[in-house]
Amino acid sequence: MSRTRFHDALDELKDRLLRMGGIAEQSLAYAMNAYRHGDRQQCALVFETEQAINSAHREIDELALDLLAMQQPMAVDLRLIVAVIKINADLERVGDQAVNIAQRVAEVLDLPPAELPADVPLIAGIASQMIRQSLDAFVRGDADLAQNVLVTDNEVDRMKREIEQAMLAKMHDSPEFTRQALDVLLIARNLERIGDHATNIAEDVIFWVRGADVRHGKVDVIG
Amino acid sequence: MRKGCGSGVSLYRHFMNYAAMSLAAFSAVVVLAPLFAILIYLVIKGAGAINWAFLTQIPKPVGETGGGMANAIWGSGEILAIASLIGVPLGIAGGIHLAEYGRHCFADAIRFMADVLNGIPSIVIGMAIYGLVVVTQRHFSALAGGIALGVMMIPTVLRATEEMLLMVPQSVREAALGLGISQWRTAIFVTLRTATSGVITGIMLAFARVAGETAPLLFTAFGNQFWNFKINQPTAALPLQIYTYAISPYDEWHRQAWAGAMVLIVLIIGTMSAVRFVAGRGMSKGVA
Amino acid sequence: MGVNIDVCDLRAWFGSAEVLHGVSMHVRSNAVTAIIGPSGCGKSTFIRCLNRMHETVPTARVRGSVNIGGFNAYNGTPAVDVRRRVGMVFQKPNPFPTMSIYDNVAAGLKLNGFRSRRDLDEVVERSLRMAALWDEVKEVLKNKSGASLSGGQQQRLCIARALAVQPEVLLMDEPASALDPISTAKIEDLIYQLKERFTVVIVTHNMQQAARVADSTAFFLMGDLIEYDKTEKIFTAPADKRTEDYITGRFG
Repeated sequence: MSRTRFHDALDELKDRLLRMGGIAEQSLAYAMNAYRHGDRQQCALVFETEQAINSAHREIDELALDLLAMQQPMAVDLRLIVAVIKINADLERVGDQAVNIAQRVAEVLDLPPAELPADVPLIAGIASQMIRQSLDAFVRGDADLAQNVLVTDNEVDRMKREIEQAMLAKMHDSPEFTRQALDVLLIARNLERIGDHATNIAEDVIFWVRGADVRHGKVDVIG
Repeated sequence: MRKGCGSGVSLYRHFMNYAAMSLAAFSAVVVLAPLFAILIYLVIKGAGAINWAFLTQIPKPVGETGGGMANAIWGSGEILAIASLIGVPLGIAGGIHLAEYGRHCFADAIRFMADVLNGIPSIVIGMAIYGLVVVTQRHFSALAGGIALGVMMIPTVLRATEEMLLMVPQSVREAALGLGISQWRTAIFVTLRTATSGVITGIMLAFARVAGETAPLLFTAFGNQFWNFKINQPTAALPLQIYTYAISPYDEWHRQAWAGAMVLIVLIIGTMSAVRFVAGRGMSKGVA
Repeated sequence: MGVNIDVCDLRAWFGSAEVLHGVSMHVRSNAVTAIIGPSGCGKSTFIRCLNRMHETVPTARVRGSVNIGGFNAYNGTPAVDVRRRVGMVFQKPNPFPTMSIYDNVAAGLKLNGFRSRRDLDEVVERSLRMAALWDEVKEVLKNKSGASLSGGQQQRLCIARALAVQPEVLLMDEPASALDPISTAKIEDLIYQLKERFTVVIVTHNMQQAARVADSTAFFLMGDLIEYDKTEKIFTAPADKRTEDYITGRFG
């Protein structure tokens, strides 16, 4: 087998991406801990982790660009590198969403506690699992697993809509809790976005493995 | 010379290089020396007898002074022209055939026979042409002389043409064939044209060799003391005349023989230079 | 002006060694088709069968049919006619060394009986313009020999020479492999323009060149046609694993 340097570089690219995925998952976990236990320290951890995510984001893009320029990758190698660049962007956004959630949590902790009919940890659990599954699919090059993630997104969307409606009703009925309800509504939206990012990652995995562009509901084999 | 470790080795190398180059230069000089010796000797011995009369008059009878070799100069020209007309086209055509079409079993036989013909002594060829042409025609002639010399030219021209054509890279032929040019046109107008310079050299060599041949002319052209412009009659030729004069007992004729030799050399060199000049005026980045 | 080429079950031998095993493909007119594959895969042999140059090698044999713009290139047609309609440019530039630039371009016409002086001038200029060489040599057409140009110029001269006989198809056997990157880029631009008027088939071992230049690409391996599709498809998502292994550099 020739081009060992190139293939070693591709392996490293994948490793780095997975590590970044791990950090993003960790960041989301901190944010959810902060929500569940009202823990400001967990919020601080989220803000710290953001630094690591950003620098990984830069390094991965740089490595991918170098490989494109220097190695003239074709076919599956080319698709892999393009997929990595896009997944990189999605993971960085996941990190941003975790930061947003942490900021909302910090706000809520400053306010008087309120009874809110919203199972945020549930939707967070599903969103987090979607991220993990899409990254698993990436590790294993498993397009079928990635396909599952796409289906799960409907669930997350539904849950977000429910929380939205519940929070809007609460704001209407108990205006004194408007700010808390609003924060929870925004957190739900952040989590739904995270689900979307997981979907994007899954679509990129399918693109890499099968050469098929399945975004926006269309299944198009390339060319 | 570099100093430091290993300077002993580089000194040796330097000396050997110098020694080898000197040996090569010396060898070149040694090879050329006989040529220059001959030329200078000819000039010394013959220049004195060259004058306008020598170049324009026919030989005077024995005992009289003066006279020249004008008829021999003309006769040689005639005979060599006939020889070239026979030897050059046949040699080139044969060479083209062997190089471009010669992948059949006869090709090697043809080459071998050409080499054999090349090795046959010139006097034997002269005798053969005597039997074939002179006896048939019942008289000596310039034509017979030309045929004899032409036959001697063929193998040299043929082998030279073949070799020069084989040196033309296959890519040139492919380029021509790729344009839809037929094989025979490619052979003549492309391949041969590329090898022109080398083929001319082959022709020069053949010409120079036969220009000085005496033996074949003994039984074919036979020689003539008078002017003769018909190719069907015995004709004078420079080598014959030189031979006749040289073995004679007369000093006058000896001097004229030297002069004749000088004229012969000058004519040969002159012809070769003229042809080289004319042929070399085209784009010559071909082979040889 | 370009024509389609239909190849049906083409087989070729050198002596007893079969080097092409039944290749069939349809080459589109006015498009560039690239043939890629590792050394010894038969790609050069394939295009040399298209203009009947394969048979100039002793012991070479061909079976199968090649149909160029509707006429059968083998059965009954003289090879010379086929080669006038299918031009070829070779890997190493091979201008006629003892001829001037003008004579080089005009050679195909002059040696095929074309005599008119004025028409020859016109054809030579047109061909040199098409080959993007006119401006560089128009002052020295008859003074400089073909072999005194630079490598890239020589190759463009060979292209002009091939174009002068107005073929319908132009075959190029690794035309830029002996050239520097700038000359290569010029030749590639040229190929892109030529496809408007000719059908171009180019053999290349440089995959990036095939990717840059060709509309369709065919992958050959050990005498077989493995995959033949639009260039984008071959280089982003080839159907056959062997194609993918070759173009990603996993062998060859």
